[in-house]
Amino acid sequence: MARIIVVTSGKGGVGKTTTSAAISMGLAKKGHKTVVIDFDVGLRNLDLIMGCERRVVYDIINVINGEAALNQALIRDKNCNLLSILPASQTRNKDALTQDGVEKILEELSKEFKYIVCDSPAGIETGAHLAMYFADDAFVVTNPEVSSVRDSDRMLGILASKSRRAERGEEPIKEYLLLSRYSPERVKSGEMLSLNDVQEILSLHLLGVIPESKSVLTSSNAGTPVILDEKSDAGQAYADIVARYLGENKPQRFIEDKTGFFRKLFGGR
Amino acid sequence: MIFIGSGVRIQGITINLLNQPMTINSHSFPAVEFKSSTFSVPVLSLASNDLILIEQLLNDKVKLAPEFFRHSPVVVDLSEVNKKQLILDFENLVTVIRRTGLFVIGIRSGNDAQQAQAIELSIPINTAPTSESRETKTDSQTKPITAPTDDDFIVNDSTTVTITKPIRSGQRIYSHGDLIILAQVGAGAEILAEGNIHVYGSLRGRALAGVQGNTEARIFCSDLQAELISIAGNYKISDDIHGAVANTPVQIYLQKNTLVVKPII
Repeated sequence: MARIIVVTSGKGGVGKTTTSAAISMGLAKKGHKTVVIDFDVGLRNLDLIMGCERRVVYDIINVINGEAALNQALIRDKNCNLLSILPASQTRNKDALTQDGVEKILEELSKEFKYIVCDSPAGIETGAHLAMYFADDAFVVTNPEVSSVRDSDRMLGILASKSRRAERGEEPIKEYLLLSRYSPERVKSGEMLSLNDVQEILSLHLLGVIPESKSVLTSSNAGTPVILDEKSDAGQAYADIVARYLGENKPQRFIEDKTGFFRKLFGGR
Repeated sequence: MIFIGSGVRIQGITINLLNQPMTINSHSFPAVEFKSSTFSVPVLSLASNDLILIEQLLNDKVKLAPEFFRHSPVVVDLSEVNKKQLILDFENLVTVIRRTGLFVIGIRSGNDAQQAQAIELSIPINTAPTSESRETKTDSQTKPITAPTDDDFIVNDSTTVTITKPIRSGQRIYSHGDLIILAQVGAGAEILAEGNIHVYGSLRGRALAGVQGNTEARIFCSDLQAELISIAGNYKISDDIHGAVANTPVQIYLQKNTLVVKPII
């Protein structure tokens, strides 16, 4: 059986799609057959970040409506042949998604893939609900600022009460925190919430901190998941996250102020 | 043995009897009018046929909140009794319940004999809804009261609700008695209890105790950062909670219609 991961946040613009692209690529690179599904019908972006927008012929709505077979809609990634992408439709809205349709697709994908990553749209409406409904694990992407943390808290409440696992009374969805766009310097100057502040409110298992990094934007524009940029700190952070999710023991990084570390090292102030 | 909960909502009917003379306007103002209306009614679930014991337990319950129970309507649920195949003196049961000040306005899950007796005593019969069909019919978001069903919710006795997992923003928890929370209550969450509220994590959301008018109810919390605190309708918002008591273990109670926030010594 495949493991279904939902990447969610409630708030928009916190890095859900970047994270979905990075971790699905990371899982595939580790040798696991992975598919990433864009649930953001009407505002699809995942194909851009994965660099496959020109190869989109059929999308998830076509599959749900029976206009295309699942295999016709799946796009094999050009960097890693273990990774497939199921794009969203740009011309429909989220009401075109149906629970039965999504369930059928996930069931069929489960036979072939080890991990199914669902890229949730922002908000808590149909698209976001269906993205998380069938999940086994939830990656909650949060920025270190109050509105993002509040929305994540709300999303966690929904995960705990409105998912299929909750409705069936099964073991609840495993929730993980991914703190993105983190800048220790700005935390120090009081412009940003610290990891501790966020953890105090959410009290979640921290999978990793992704530092604020120029490489995220560069990679997105180039259409390659940032995890492939092994030199960048964001790429390394995502690689750590994938490794931790798969059970490897990696110490947390990118929490401390780097300049502070060197200052400490050289005894300066 | 006895469980009182208002898990059931009764579809009621209002009959309007207007004693206006019949005029030309009578079409727009009918003398008799049926309207559909929904009431929340406590359900008395029985697990014993021992009338003496039932009366004693009921009296104990009523003593806890005499105002709340005085002339309160109640629906008697006989599913447990019938499951155990106990013989129940239904007529005397109604007399016993009436003696405690409650009015039996219906029975549920009675067998044929009990239903016949009920009709004889002018007590209506309610069909027991299956919990599954109710879940699918009503949108859980519009439900005013979320009944906790998860494993994380432990029900100690008939009324106290204990919760061990964090209450997230947007969640709403209601207890017909006391409410004990062993985790944090997030900002934007709402916890309501007819009795006392205990929070052993940070309280950042809204906490309303004594929501049915119990002025003796109190709120206890180990870290007060609440958006709103209320007892029996008297409330304070976070701006009114003064600095000294914020972020400290406190108890909140009502004194002469004023909320008092005091550190727990």
